[in-house]
Amino acid sequence: MFDRDRWQEIFSAIRKNKLRSMLTAFGVFWGIFMLVVMIGSGNGLKNGVTQGMKNFATNSAFVWTNNTTVPYKGFKRGRNWHFNNRDMQAIRDQVSGLDIIAPRLSGWKLNKGENVVRGKKAAAFSVNGDYPVYRKIDPCDMVYGRYINDDDIRMKRKVCIIGERVYEVMFNKDENPVGKYLRVNGVYFQVIGVFRSKNPKINIGSNKKESIYLPFTTMQNTFNYGDRVHYFTMTAKKGVDVSKVLDKVIAVLKRQHNIAPKDEEAVGNFNLQKEIKTIGYVFLGIDILIWIVGIGTLIAGAVGVSNIMLVIIKERTKEIGIQRAIGASPLKIIGQIITESVFLTTIAGFVGLAIGTMVLKLVSIAIEQSSADSQEEMFFLNPQIGVSIAVSALLMLIVTGIIAGLIPARKAVKIKPIEALRHE
Amino acid sequence: MSDSIIKIENLHKSYINGKNSLHVLKGIDIDIKEGEMISIMGSSGSGKSTLLNILGILDSYDEGAYYLNDIVIRKMSEKKAARFRNKYIGFIFQSFNLISFKTALENVALPLYYQNVKRKKRNALALEYLDRMGLKEWANHLPSELSGGQKQRVAIARALISNPKIILADEPTGALDTTTSYEVMDILHEVNKTGITVIIVTHENDIAGRTERIIRLKDGIIESSDYAITETEDSTVVL
Repeated sequence: MFDRDRWQEIFSAIRKNKLRSMLTAFGVFWGIFMLVVMIGSGNGLKNGVTQGMKNFATNSAFVWTNNTTVPYKGFKRGRNWHFNNRDMQAIRDQVSGLDIIAPRLSGWKLNKGENVVRGKKAAAFSVNGDYPVYRKIDPCDMVYGRYINDDDIRMKRKVCIIGERVYEVMFNKDENPVGKYLRVNGVYFQVIGVFRSKNPKINIGSNKKESIYLPFTTMQNTFNYGDRVHYFTMTAKKGVDVSKVLDKVIAVLKRQHNIAPKDEEAVGNFNLQKEIKTIGYVFLGIDILIWIVGIGTLIAGAVGVSNIMLVIIKERTKEIGIQRAIGASPLKIIGQIITESVFLTTIAGFVGLAIGTMVLKLVSIAIEQSSADSQEEMFFLNPQIGVSIAVSALLMLIVTGIIAGLIPARKAVKIKPIEALRHE
Repeated sequence: MSDSIIKIENLHKSYINGKNSLHVLKGIDIDIKEGEMISIMGSSGSGKSTLLNILGILDSYDEGAYYLNDIVIRKMSEKKAARFRNKYIGFIFQSFNLISFKTALENVALPLYYQNVKRKKRNALALEYLDRMGLKEWANHLPSELSGGQKQRVAIARALISNPKIILADEPTGALDTTTSYEVMDILHEVNKTGITVIIVTHENDIAGRTERIIRLKDGIIESSDYAITETEDSTVVL
């Protein structure tokens, strides 16, 4: 394998036919390069999409109210109705398998003009009413201070936590906002924390960065929501299917509010688990496509190498004939040809792998820079390929090289030396 | 144990080309003694190339028997044939058949490479053989930088390096002018004097005339097998 004559043979064969060798190598190079870039891009897309939501409780669901569509118990259709505080207790009592339930208020009616004021600063932000448990569904880090706690809820404290953007606009750089006051729709709230969501891409009704969270009870009281709940967010216990829990919750809610059990529209709902599954299938599809195309390209490269090797053999028939006339065994000749093709494919493939990875790295750097400059969310992040894929691609190459070499090698050996020598 | 190096009995060979079968050799008997220098003559199509190929274990035969150094040569695996060729036979061709991208030295050393002789040793030996051919200064030249006669001498050195019992020369002077041809023949004579059997296929009478025996082939059979009168008068008696 590693004796000098064999390598000399290979190098001289490659050197003598620069263009041909280059074209062959390019076929394999391109195959691997495309495979790497495509897999990397697929991963980049996946990372980009999942990055902003991977910490969100995947077994969560949401319910909200819509106008009824079926008349029931004397109520006409099209009735406008709302959840209330009692529903929460009813759900807790009647639904098994439920882990967390958090009611929320969305202050749509408060989002008018520049509703948040601090000194001379004024801006428009969304206002939500929240329970502490909501943090378990949509986790966040606290940049300053703390999250809303149970005491805030019980005592209906006039406190708030604010999103990153709110902090940037309403406070000076590096100013500690904790303990400072913000006027929200005419009422002063003490800031107790600044939160940074771990899932900036999942926004319900408003951008979290531009949101102010009040304790749920405080919001109900202060802004005249009574016992109204806009929507419930919930998670299922471990091992329990969210959709089953969701069905039970919807049934309870319908009973509470005299909604026809047949009314499919009245309780709007969203099951994140189901959506994630769908996204998973989409990515599986993309993966399969990438592999089919990538392997196809690779095979095309291998066929190219094989073809070129056939031409080489044809050209070198005489030389092979001489070698055999002076005592070269067929095994030696086959070995020579295979080594040559493996050498060519491996080098070319390695270069393809290297340049492909380099391109991915450059794209990655470019994305990081541009996303650092802008506030836009990127849907393409960290395009990369795993070591295992790189290694298996390389192995695949070597196998490709062997196969690509074996076919012409067998042909070369089948030619009788005399025919080879007569060959002009 | 006879003193025959090559013994051929009733040899037949046909080439099948699609539906047509071409009967090239139609029963040939040859007995070549060790150390002989023989030429095989015949017009094109007489079967002399085929005979040479069979003698060189480059081709198989259909009927009859071929003994090389008292070993029967039948259809054998390529690996085995390669070993036999390497061990017993040195080839010289009309078109020299040197490998174009290897130097004279590397060309000469090649058969030893296939015998797995160490690089240093085979290069030293190759240089020695080149020296014997008077080509020591040309050792590191490529075949394209050599004249026809020099190329053929390199080829002879290559044929000799594996220490064969037989040299098979297929029109060794076919591509050379008369002076060079005679030079090559002189070298082959010297080779023959060291005890190596030399078999030359040629269609040139003066070349054939410089060998001990001329076998004339015609249409696949041996027309005559005469000891050359000019060379050795007494050997005719033996026949």
